[in-house]
Amino acid sequence: MSRAVTVAKAGQGRSKVGWSALAWLVAFVFFFPVLWMMLEALKTESQAASIPPTIFFVPTLTEFQEVLSRDFPPFFINSAVATIGSTLLVIVLGLPAAYALSIRPVAQARDVLFFFISTRFLPFAASLVPLYLLARDLQLLDNVFALILIYTTINLPLGVWLLRSFLLELPNELFEAARVDGAGFWRELTSIVLPLITPGLAATCLICLIFAWNEFFYAVNFTSSVAATTPIFLVGFISGRGLFYAKLAAAATLASLPVLLAGWFAQKQLIRGLTMGAVK
Amino acid sequence: MPTPWARTTGSRLPATSTETTVRASPPAGGGGRTRSAASASAWDGRLRWLPLLPALIYVVLVTQVPFLLTIYYSLFNWNLLRPGNPEFAGAQNYLTVATDPSIRTALFNTVLLTVLAVGISVVLGVAIALLLNKEIFGKGVLRTLMIGPFLVMPVAGALIWKDTLLNPIFGLVGWLLSPIGLGRVDWVSQFPMATIVTIEVWRWTPFMMLIVLAGLQSQNLEVLEAAGVDGANALQTLRYITLPFIRPFVELGALLGSLFIVQTFDSIFMTTQGGPGEATTNLPFLLYLVAFQGFDIGKASAIGVIAVILTMIVATFALRTLFTIFHVEARR
Amino acid sequence: MANESNRSPRRARGAPRLQHMRLLSLVATFLAAAACTPGAGGGTGGSTQTITLAAVDNPQMEDLQKLVPDFQKAHPDIQVKIVILPENQLRQQVTEDVATKSGRYDLFTIGTYEVPIWAKNGWIENLAPYIQKSSSYAPDDLIPGVAKALTYNSNLYAVPFYGESSMLMYRKDLLQAAGVTLSQKPTWDEVAAAAQKVNNPAKGVSGICLRGLPGWGEQLAPLDTVVNTFGGRWFDQNWQPQLTSPNFKAAVSFYVNLIKTAGEPGAASAGFTECLTAYNGGKVAMWYDATVGASNFTGDAAANSGYAFAPTKIKPYSGWLWAWSLSVPSTSKKKDAAWTFASWATSKDYIQLVGTKLGWNHVPPGTRTSTYSIADYKKVAGGFAQITLDSIANADVNHPTVDPVPYIGVQYVGIPEFQQLGDQVSQQFAAVIAGTATLDDALARAQQLADAVGKNYRK
Repeated sequence: MSRAVTVAKAGQGRSKVGWSALAWLVAFVFFFPVLWMMLEALKTESQAASIPPTIFFVPTLTEFQEVLSRDFPPFFINSAVATIGSTLLVIVLGLPAAYALSIRPVAQARDVLFFFISTRFLPFAASLVPLYLLARDLQLLDNVFALILIYTTINLPLGVWLLRSFLLELPNELFEAARVDGAGFWRELTSIVLPLITPGLAATCLICLIFAWNEFFYAVNFTSSVAATTPIFLVGFISGRGLFYAKLAAAATLASLPVLLAGWFAQKQLIRGLTMGAVK
Repeated sequence: MPTPWARTTGSRLPATSTETTVRASPPAGGGGRTRSAASASAWDGRLRWLPLLPALIYVVLVTQVPFLLTIYYSLFNWNLLRPGNPEFAGAQNYLTVATDPSIRTALFNTVLLTVLAVGISVVLGVAIALLLNKEIFGKGVLRTLMIGPFLVMPVAGALIWKDTLLNPIFGLVGWLLSPIGLGRVDWVSQFPMATIVTIEVWRWTPFMMLIVLAGLQSQNLEVLEAAGVDGANALQTLRYITLPFIRPFVELGALLGSLFIVQTFDSIFMTTQGGPGEATTNLPFLLYLVAFQGFDIGKASAIGVIAVILTMIVATFALRTLFTIFHVEARR
Repeated sequence: MANESNRSPRRARGAPRLQHMRLLSLVATFLAAAACTPGAGGGTGGSTQTITLAAVDNPQMEDLQKLVPDFQKAHPDIQVKIVILPENQLRQQVTEDVATKSGRYDLFTIGTYEVPIWAKNGWIENLAPYIQKSSSYAPDDLIPGVAKALTYNSNLYAVPFYGESSMLMYRKDLLQAAGVTLSQKPTWDEVAAAAQKVNNPAKGVSGICLRGLPGWGEQLAPLDTVVNTFGGRWFDQNWQPQLTSPNFKAAVSFYVNLIKTAGEPGAASAGFTECLTAYNGGKVAMWYDATVGASNFTGDAAANSGYAFAPTKIKPYSGWLWAWSLSVPSTSKKKDAAWTFASWATSKDYIQLVGTKLGWNHVPPGTRTSTYSIADYKKVAGGFAQITLDSIANADVNHPTVDPVPYIGVQYVGIPEFQQLGDQVSQQFAAVIAGTATLDDALARAQQLADAVGKNYRK
């Protein structure tokens, strides 16, 4: 065994460089549009639209300032309210449901889970008109609350599924002890379960956050001025006067920044969430 | 069994090598959480349903009620632009929809887009995950870079692709390809489906990669070493051990990815608006067009009902597979 | 993370309940606050009213936004909130709003296409009584052709904010260098020949920029004027579609071929914005588009541009007619406040305000005859002001084609279904421009689509 390992290790040095180079190239290609977006945002308009493209330039924040001066904050706040609100609601509704589903006999749990997930498969456009008319009748048009409700619906199935898989990781002994102790359901949930699945909760919240923040279709149809969210701000930036690449890139960067940062800093949670807790 | 919450990351080390596969089908029997006899009575019966109700009622209200309304509207001849009361039309909308070539085109485009985008991003995702799983410099940074496309707002990403990269006059791609004579190609108009697929693959490959990479990293290292000792080279290890091991993860990624890609709307809206012609009109976009450009509520509702029925059929198959992939069993 | 399994599950009875109550109340408060926050559509306190205006995103509207403080100085009791959206979105949102009577807006910019249709449906307010009450509005000063297009049953249902026709714009220097001269009223054949001569892809300069971007308000606007002047039409008097008729086919064929041989790259996704950018960047030598395009020229383009009337073939004066106008939806609860703002924004005073504060090239053109008598304006817009005025004057929405038609509209068909029909047909033509479909296939499909719409009117 030792000879094979030694030989393997000798070759490893060379191939490590080779594979690393390839990996960095691939990552660069994928990351490039994001990088380009951020670079263009730091250029002036003439630099941004130049052919051949400007690679070396003095970065400037003027385009960002211009974008911010276009009354950006309300859109941002609306997005934040809709995203945080719906995520909270998903947790409040989803955690008890996930919990109940994790202690249920398999067959029934599977049916209910199937129902939940199937709603996520529904093409959104199908129920757009009735929802729109309902929202109109309930005075919920151009109201952030409508977005909260809709985003909760979109994220709830995934949230229940995720939370359930995290809950299944907790060992039985814990609950046995609590039950013998006579703990009621809520106590069980809040004092025992909640602290233990915090990473799982974080993962679920992150996934909900990503999908709610980036949501465009419902936002554009249900809001107009007061409750308009960041994607709509971005679309409104397509000026009829000309293609302003730098400003567009600045707006795009600002719009994507929160989710980019959240995803980057909470990568581990993101992966847990994406793999449905199947792998820790 | 080590306590799960004490672990931070890292691979599981199952007791035997046969357990390298993720838990597959759930146990045949009931498998609910067992209870001590004393407290069993308190939890039997309807009390167990209670925590599930809020979420269930909520979802039913917000998804099923509008769907019922959609079915109701589909029975009327109702165009918002021609005011007056909607007249009852029975199944007429369905007949119109069934004979409308636009529906068939939209269905075809939906399937084509989904199959291509999911297929390509899965293959790329697996390849890149294998690459990132090797011994290389700066894995953490690489992973951070790779998930960028997935996190960027889809609307923003599509705009950057369309205006700064693929624009035939000012775009970067055009400039890069001008030495080989492809400088002035109008990618968005001449290759619309390819453009949309490219944008979606760009967005979802990181997603696939992350899932597969996580699976790769949970492999049992002892098994891999044992294979090396037995004389298997890298390619054989890959083919006979690694790939089968990550198969559940690949399936998970493919299913989840399909779920999202089938509903693609943002990139189509921002780049091709469904065209040219009907080349990139998929089902969601068609619904949007009929409902919010044509304002034909009746017809849009009929299309919606048909879309839902089709989706349900596909979803049934998809979800059955999903459920066998990983642990649906409850506590033992 | 601390190993919590060591902690005894025994806890004080009160603590967890309090914990979960706090969480729930926090969530409830948050949600309640969120629900209450965006109700600020109308200030209920005091006498201040807030009106919401949905506006299209063009430079004139952005100028209006900049000058809103001036309005509010004169009318401190009216707050104005402007929502600016790209044309397609604006149209969709506003149409949705009026059709479902959602009442989100108190004022919006709509075009000559919507006004007659919506007036007929009772969706927008008859402004005649308001105009009568206002002594200084001077409705007779409004350019007659534009006013006529905004009239239904002899009453004005919208007031024009800016009007336009279409014309040919070209770089005098580039044409001169290629030895080409153009008359002031050129024919399309002349223009095509000129474009071929100036076309120089090796140097990165295309002959002419023509809109190919799908959309009834994008590609079809110039294309329909070509159809009209070639003697074609969308429907005959019996509402039979005419898209496969020889004149219609000749027109589309001409348009597509001109683009393919001397047009800008990426034409199938080039709209007003793209062509403007290309023209300003010196990447195209000629541009047939809205008269307002000239107000946005910069640099070399601004210094060297010449102007001609919209090219013709059989029918003279083929320029289109469009006016973005302010209209009040019937659902608005603040109609008086909305009218106050609308009349301010379309008044002679506003024109003076824009000219003096922002520059005379910012003045919204094509609304009032008096604008064209202002010396400062003529100095700045000299090259194209007269052509604009004459083009608008000669564009007749009621008689846009050579043969009679059952619809109104120069570059569109004034029926509600045209939004979707036009969009779909323009998609077909875009495919031809992109080279992914043949003209005959596209025309056949377009004819099918038009037939489905015509059926509704034939009964």
